[in-house]
Amino acid sequence: MQENNKGKRALVDASRLIIESMARAGADAFIGYPITPANLLYQYGSQRMPLMLAAPDEITTLQWMTGLAAAGKVPITATSFPGYALMIESVNMAYMMELPMVIILVQRLGPATGTATCGAQGDLSLLKGNISGGHPMPVFCTSNFEDSWTLSAKAVETAIKLRTPVILLTSKEEVMTTKSFDMDALPAIELVERKYYDMQCDGKYKSYKATDLVPDFLPVTQSKHQVRINASTHDKEGILQHSNEEAMANTQRLEDKIRHKLFEYTLYDYHEVKEAQKLVVAFGITAAAARDAVKELEKQGEKVSLLIPKTMIPAPEVYMEIMDSYAKVVVAEENINNQFSDMLYGIRKPKNHHFVGALGKMITPQQIIEEVQA
Amino acid sequence: MTINTFLNTDALPYCKGCGHDLIARNTTKALVKLGYDPLDVIMVTDIGCHGIIDKCLNTHTVHGLHGRSVALGAGISFGDIGPEKKIVVFIGDGGTTIGLQHIMEAARLNLNMTVVVHNNYLYGMTGGQTSGLTPVGFNTTTSGEGNPFAGYDLCALSSAAGAAYTARITGIGDISDKLVAAFAVKGFSLIEVLEICPSYGVKLNPKRKLAEIIEKAGKPLGEWTQDREAFSAVQGRKTQDLLAKVHPVKKSFNSYLKTPMSMVVSGSAGEGVQLAAGLISKAALSSGLHVTQKGSYPVTVGVGFSTAEINLSPQPIHFHGINVPDMALITSADGLAHNRKRIESMKEGMLFIDSSLPVPATGAEVIQHDFRALGARNAAIFSVFFFALKTGIISTEAIFKVIEDEGKAEKLPIAKIKEALALL
Ligand SMILES: Cc1ncc(C[n+]2csc(CCOP(=O)(O)OP(=O)(O)O)c2C)c(N)n1
Ligand code: SF4
Ligand SMILES: [Mg+2]
Repeated sequence: MQENNKGKRALVDASRLIIESMARAGADAFIGYPITPANLLYQYGSQRMPLMLAAPDEITTLQWMTGLAAAGKVPITATSFPGYALMIESVNMAYMMELPMVIILVQRLGPATGTATCGAQGDLSLLKGNISGGHPMPVFCTSNFEDSWTLSAKAVETAIKLRTPVILLTSKEEVMTTKSFDMDALPAIELVERKYYDMQCDGKYKSYKATDLVPDFLPVTQSKHQVRINASTHDKEGILQHSNEEAMANTQRLEDKIRHKLFEYTLYDYHEVKEAQKLVVAFGITAAAARDAVKELEKQGEKVSLLIPKTMIPAPEVYMEIMDSYAKVVVAEENINNQFSDMLYGIRKPKNHHFVGALGKMITPQQIIEEVQA
Repeated sequence: MTINTFLNTDALPYCKGCGHDLIARNTTKALVKLGYDPLDVIMVTDIGCHGIIDKCLNTHTVHGLHGRSVALGAGISFGDIGPEKKIVVFIGDGGTTIGLQHIMEAARLNLNMTVVVHNNYLYGMTGGQTSGLTPVGFNTTTSGEGNPFAGYDLCALSSAAGAAYTARITGIGDISDKLVAAFAVKGFSLIEVLEICPSYGVKLNPKRKLAEIIEKAGKPLGEWTQDREAFSAVQGRKTQDLLAKVHPVKKSFNSYLKTPMSMVVSGSAGEGVQLAAGLISKAALSSGLHVTQKGSYPVTVGVGFSTAEINLSPQPIHFHGINVPDMALITSADGLAHNRKRIESMKEGMLFIDSSLPVPATGAEVIQHDFRALGARNAAIFSVFFFALKTGIISTEAIFKVIEDEGKAEKLPIAKIKEALALL
């Protein structure tokens, strides 16, 4: 941060923070296709990234990104549900190929085209199951401007370290609102160091032979070792197989690397109030209302704790441990089907869980307060 | 170099007599002729019978989705890859059909790559169904009485899109020189190789010869070139640090505001609403307040209402939604229509409304004024000054300072605004 910024607030929007953070972490290409409410991100991406390309559609967007990733780049894009829907087969491809990239998914009101300029939190369930086989793909969700900065870099880091597409989940109200913000609150972002296969190694390079669950990367642009990138079921070498043991072990590893390394990217805020019997859980845009609600309840003398999950998928165990330790849990999210609890518990939610939802409008602190006090 | 530097086996994985075998062997032969090292070649293959060649190749191999291989290859070509590299894409007529857009795009941008289309007139891998390149009258498993439609002229389409080179050839005999011609092109080249799939095409169209099918299809064999600059990645593109222009604002003014306050500023598109709201936000910031601001307008931003929502608070603001505002500034009928419900829900606070407009039933204190006196384009801006003067939440000096600091003084009728304010 610049010295003269010290302690002074500036007007800034989260889209700007997200793109700048990703660039500093090592993202070096933005592929764009316009869609509200992700257009600001596209605009900033075009100003910030060393490589910027306007794709003719979102399938192409993901394909170009994957090609770039195979060539050693770290591409990013920003979209909303209609665009993301087109990307899903290609996201599966990049997942299977184990190529890093970040997709910023800005939620808006659905179904379908829905309302482009209305916020929502309706896409978590989709992300939970959008890899065929039900394998988890890391999803982070921002809860404020600080997150837009730190989680964005974390998303890039996770994509590179785990060699996987990563979703940064946000929403219209978060990326299209300008706020006064203390720029000094932003920590420095380190460039993510990329690990490559040691070119001096004797012996044959196998594209999907993993050390510690993640294969060493080599781009298709070098000419020392043969690289085989494959989105079909494949063995360690990257050769297509039907379902032999080695290939199934490889597919199993895709699941394992995301789950076993979860501790490296488990992020949440937990405001634990001593002797509190009640817990409010909220993420994304609703976290703002939850913060206000809990503060107001505190003022009124109520003891209420607050959990703000940021690593959404895979869901860390600790969320359930925390939730299990309260007599009453209020989960607030801007949809009408409680997708977060659904992800954790399925359709049979614990009896002490209460849901505050909304459709087409933000959940207010008052709604949360009322449910906590009900 | 022999052909074996590219192939690791002589047993290719196709049905006996499949034209894909001939294309694969001639591709490697052409690459040898051009003197390529196998690891300078990136083979991108589609989903389809032609795509199962990967394991036999000593090149880099990239095997993606059905129909998307051209876009995937395009992505690689955008990377920093040297001129010694060659990207070759293998795709079928089926992949071409589902992914036509990708071919048009790569041709339009004249990307450095060669697409080898294995046109066997049907979807081989899935059982011989009709594709977009199946000729009229050709039998497939899904058009037993002959395809009622003509196929695309892929070469003409690609050429029209901007391909430096396209060619349509018969997949018989030694075609390596023809492939050499395509591979040697700088920019985008596409070579469509015509063949019949023995397992479905030959069986369903007995006694028909390839030459006759080609003639009936009416898509001529040939070569089409155009002199176009090949794509070259923009190197050393100037990038901006996005925070460089985010200027922190010094507190130079004071505000008496002790509790959070929400407001809407609303008028018509083109009447300076968002600009005016920005003036409030920045002036509030320079008065030590915390601020949030967002705009809303119809999808067609140039017509109808334009509304800005602002929160001001001496404390940091988390939740920024506004259901019922504390203050409303309404400068036109569009703005009133968009906010009527909210205004009617106001139980307290203040409504500043242009005197030409009907005043809705509201619990807010109503202040009417002719905000449009300085012209429609200045209505919102004038209303902001009026608001500042009447409420004192921010000072008019703070707003003037923002205008001055941002160099907007020339664009706004400052003198007229000052004159009008003096009369109040
Ligand atoms: C999105 C998608 N739709 C359908 C398929 C099923 N599919 C696999 S191969 C293929 C047809 C391949 O035909 P073509 O491209 O002509 O290649 P050929 O087998 O004839 O060589 C299809 C439709 C798929 N893999 N992906
Ligand atoms: S099914 Fe047809 S296209 Fe596929 S390998 Fe056999 S002959 Fe070739
Ligand atoms: Mg075919």
